[in-house]
Amino acid sequence: MNTILFLIFAIIAVACGLNLVLQKHPISSALSLVGVMASLAVLYLQLGAEFLAAVQVIVYAGAIMVLFVFVIMLLNAGAEKSSNKSWFAQIIGLPLLLAFVAVMGFLIEAFLPPLRAAEFGEWVGGSAQQIGRVLFTEYLLPFEVTSILILIAIVGAVVLARKEID
Amino acid sequence: MTFIVVSLIKIALVMAFFMTTLAYLQWIERKVLSHIQLRVGPRRVGPHGLLQPLADVVKLLTKEDVMPSYVNRFFYLLAPAIAITLCLLSIAVMPFGPEISVFGYRTEMQITDLNIGILFVLAVTSIGVYGIALGGWASNNKYSLIGGLRSAAQMVSYELPMSIAIVAPLLLLNTLSFRHMVENQGGYEFGFLPRWSIFQGPWPQIFGFIIYLIAAFAETNRIPFDLPEAENELVAGYHTEYSSMKFASFFMAEYANMTTVCCIATLLFLGGWHPLFPAPYSNFVPVVVFLLLAGVCFYHGLNPARKWDNITLPIVGVVAIVLALLFFVPVLNTILIPIFWFVSKVGFLLFVFIWVRGTLPRFRYDQLMKFAWTFLFPAALINLLITGFLVAVAGH
Repeated sequence: MNTILFLIFAIIAVACGLNLVLQKHPISSALSLVGVMASLAVLYLQLGAEFLAAVQVIVYAGAIMVLFVFVIMLLNAGAEKSSNKSWFAQIIGLPLLLAFVAVMGFLIEAFLPPLRAAEFGEWVGGSAQQIGRVLFTEYLLPFEVTSILILIAIVGAVVLARKEID
Repeated sequence: MTFIVVSLIKIALVMAFFMTTLAYLQWIERKVLSHIQLRVGPRRVGPHGLLQPLADVVKLLTKEDVMPSYVNRFFYLLAPAIAITLCLLSIAVMPFGPEISVFGYRTEMQITDLNIGILFVLAVTSIGVYGIALGGWASNNKYSLIGGLRSAAQMVSYELPMSIAIVAPLLLLNTLSFRHMVENQGGYEFGFLPRWSIFQGPWPQIFGFIIYLIAAFAETNRIPFDLPEAENELVAGYHTEYSSMKFASFFMAEYANMTTVCCIATLLFLGGWHPLFPAPYSNFVPVVVFLLLAGVCFYHGLNPARKWDNITLPIVGVVAIVLALLFFVPVLNTILIPIFWFVSKVGFLLFVFIWVRGTLPRFRYDQLMKFAWTFLFPAALINLLITGFLVAVAGH
């Protein structure tokens, strides 16, 4: 059951990812990204990280992507025109992609500790209580530093927007 | 196997009840609004217009389904489907009563109990905005586009104060599952004050409740925050170009959203199915309410003000007496009393939604945004900080 669900949602995630790149219209691309995020949330859920899954949908699919779609709609961006494909890109594209994937695969295999397949339902540390405890004890400093980083970004955005108004 | 059968029965029951509620909510809204405005409201179809929802369903089903030209076909068709699916999804995690046993089989009065129930509902409703935004964008109409844009901006802005207002009672109740939330609100302080979140110490969530309710009005695009479908500016907003069942999906989604936010408010702040008074005094309340209703109906039936009143009102009175008698049956007793309290709390909140619609004028768009960011959001944050501080001091 778990394997079947995993296959279904992994395929949806990959298909939406490909669709994101292939679609000409920005709205279609943005919604494909929502599809990727939602199917990733299902995969998190299968691995036992239910809090992460819910937050993934609330924050990424429900807030950030809504803003993306909002901006695309506000600017009324139309479908992209395909550029005149240069013969160089057409010839070199696919081999280059394969080479990149091969190099990445080699690096992961060579330098990371050996991995084994995850078992569904084996890990039980994904509830809100456990994540909260870890976040406020073990990872308190990175957590606070990240929030300050986001605050800096917000202040920067406000400053930039102010300059344009004046 | 039993689990699957029981779940299917529960889903069927909840869906039937929910759909009927949605249809009749619209009738109740029309009636209440017209009485606020000194009109009589729908009266033509059936006694007191009671068959009006059915007539509306037939009308919407048989209406011509117009597809405007130059729309983005895929997204135009997808938008109402997203809107209605996600609205109906969140009812799956709402508990309506405690654990009961039917013919010896113990089950919860709820389709499923998730340990991240409230997060599930927040996730589902935050995705729901795509239905409105996409519908507005794909219709190839300036008014629809503006409606869609407004709703996207408004719902993202008001989601923040709403989520923060939700977090404060979660600190008191110490769980994310709806069932445990309600169970933690059981019992009485000093023997009479119910331990609902809005009364529960160390910091009663009365401000949180008000903030949540205001944000909920905006999230469901209701007056005074119905800018996405402001009739005098935008024709009908994001659903201008939709007709027939596609329009009905948007329409139903609005009422389903309204019911959902009222259910969440009941479960989080008003103690779910827990009665207002301790059980020895509260168990006869439903009976008294239904008998009073029957009495009023019989009185007006004997002194008819309008034609047919001497027939229709006594029928309602007899139905009310039958309902009152049902509460004396010992088997049904344990099921009906929690449902009575839950439904009456949700019904009261729904009535407040309709009441506000009949009372308040619409905000201007800049006022709406300013209100969210400069008043509601800081107020919710302060409420959360005070709650967190007092829970930390009093808790351990």
